[in-house]
Amino acid sequence: MIEFEHVCKSYGKSPILKDLTFTIPDGEFVILIGPSGCGKTTTLKTINRLIEPDSGAIRIGGKDIRETDKVELRRHIGYVIQQIGLFPNMTVAQNICVVPKLLKYDKARCAEIVQEMLAMVHMEQYADKYPTELSGGQQQRIGVLRALAASPPIVLMDEPFGALDPMTREALQDEVKSLQQKLNKTIVFVTHDMGEALKLADTIIFMEGGRIVQMASPEEMLEHPASDLVRSFLGKHADTAPNTKVEHFMRTNVTRVKRDRGVLECAEKMARSSVDSLIVTDEQGRYAGTVSIGDIRHWGRGLKSIEPLVRQTARTVRVGDEAKESFDYLLDSGASYVVVLNADDTVAGIVTKTSVARSVADNLWGDER
Amino acid sequence: MSALLDTYGAMLLKAIGVHTLYVLVSVAIGFALGLVFGVLLSRVPKWSNVILPVVSVFQTIPGLVFIGVLFLWIGMTPATVIIALAIYAMFPVLKNTYTGILGVERRYVEAAHGCGMSAMQTLLRVELPLAMPTIIAGLRMAAIYTVSWAVLAAMIGLGGLGDFIYQGTSSNNNTLILLGAIPAAVLAIVIGALIDLLQKRVTPRGLRKGAGK
Repeated sequence: MIEFEHVCKSYGKSPILKDLTFTIPDGEFVILIGPSGCGKTTTLKTINRLIEPDSGAIRIGGKDIRETDKVELRRHIGYVIQQIGLFPNMTVAQNICVVPKLLKYDKARCAEIVQEMLAMVHMEQYADKYPTELSGGQQQRIGVLRALAASPPIVLMDEPFGALDPMTREALQDEVKSLQQKLNKTIVFVTHDMGEALKLADTIIFMEGGRIVQMASPEEMLEHPASDLVRSFLGKHADTAPNTKVEHFMRTNVTRVKRDRGVLECAEKMARSSVDSLIVTDEQGRYAGTVSIGDIRHWGRGLKSIEPLVRQTARTVRVGDEAKESFDYLLDSGASYVVVLNADDTVAGIVTKTSVARSVADNLWGDER
Repeated sequence: MSALLDTYGAMLLKAIGVHTLYVLVSVAIGFALGLVFGVLLSRVPKWSNVILPVVSVFQTIPGLVFIGVLFLWIGMTPATVIIALAIYAMFPVLKNTYTGILGVERRYVEAAHGCGMSAMQTLLRVELPLAMPTIIAGLRMAAIYTVSWAVLAAMIGLGGLGDFIYQGTSSNNNTLILLGAIPAAVLAIVIGALIDLLQKRVTPRGLRKGAGK
């Protein structure tokens, strides 16, 4: 358990932490988040005494951390920094063993730890590589392992994945979350990425100007953000219902014709837009049906207008309907489109198989693109 | 040529030996002092604003003057030469140790502290290894300069290759000058090459690629 009690810190005249009081229970994944300069990193660094508070007390497991020697304290708290900070003069194995060595573990035990740690992230073959020979993601994996090597009950992470590309970041988030659950660590994690916070945290502590604005579970924060700033940080995440309506996926640049048009004109229009059918409307622009190139070829000779060829076989849906039904229909029936109508029967657009593909992509990669 | 060697051979060998001894002893002392002072200075970087300019001024005092003053004070003993050369050798090492340590990226120092290394452990396991290429570059400079400064030992009658050069200049004998100058140049090249070898040995493998210090 980590307890903060009236912790204050200022640099010169500017206060950084203003009377922080909160408790982090054992085994929790706690995320400190907030705008830059809100004091989140300072808060983190007071826990391993990289920064000393001006007043107030911090207790770990009931014991004031000022009673423990700084150096000794840090050996029992894992620490992962943003820019990775693997020692470039040491191999991966030596980096992992920094803390065990400081704690005077014997050689055999250190070797065991290295094997065990690397096995967790499937990087056994990298033990004798140097950090420069690894990718950024691999380096930060080792950075995390270094923090875990001496099995500290508490691990501090200062924006550990900030410098990684989105794919690698996702993978590392998953790994850290599962390691935390498997090893039952207390993790205090600083980030400015709300997506990351919502994904990883048991509890999110939102800070602003050196104070805690809200300390809550992700669900609670999403449902009841304590201030506008929290809401704006939650941003798109607050609106958790993804867009599933048909109009979100439809194409609107659809070629339409009035039903009194000539057959040849329609055939030419199809050829020009490389389609095999057209949406037909009445004089007021309301949906009347569709006409296909096949029908024109068979029956079109001698007809003046396309009116007799208009069919109403195409499936229609209304704006506001769920897109999923249309997708299912398209995939099951083999039809090439579904027509979307506005409330007044005018044509809003069509849903095609390309729209299905877009929806799948959205689900897989979210809005990050 | 053989006549020349008959006449000066033994003398030359002795001079090279004395010269090399001056260089090795004074560079060793200078290196140790430079390392220690460089490390101390890196603990209080604020002072460097005062200390480094003073050091630079010292460095501009001609070796000739410095040896002269020491000679008056200490007398005509090898100690005079060695003290003077050691102090000159110290400057580049001190400067490079200081800049090398300060040049170690903050994140490594923070990571070291965060892992629970004491100040001494951080210095020995992280800062010095990472600064080593720069420090050795300072040593190289110091050693090569010292080879040429050691010529001044002859000025106060303490031997070394300077003997030939002084005799040569005073008697207008070019052969004698070259007899002193060429071995001195070769000595500088050899010592430089040895230190390059050392440089390769002490550069941590992880730093060798892309670290163009």
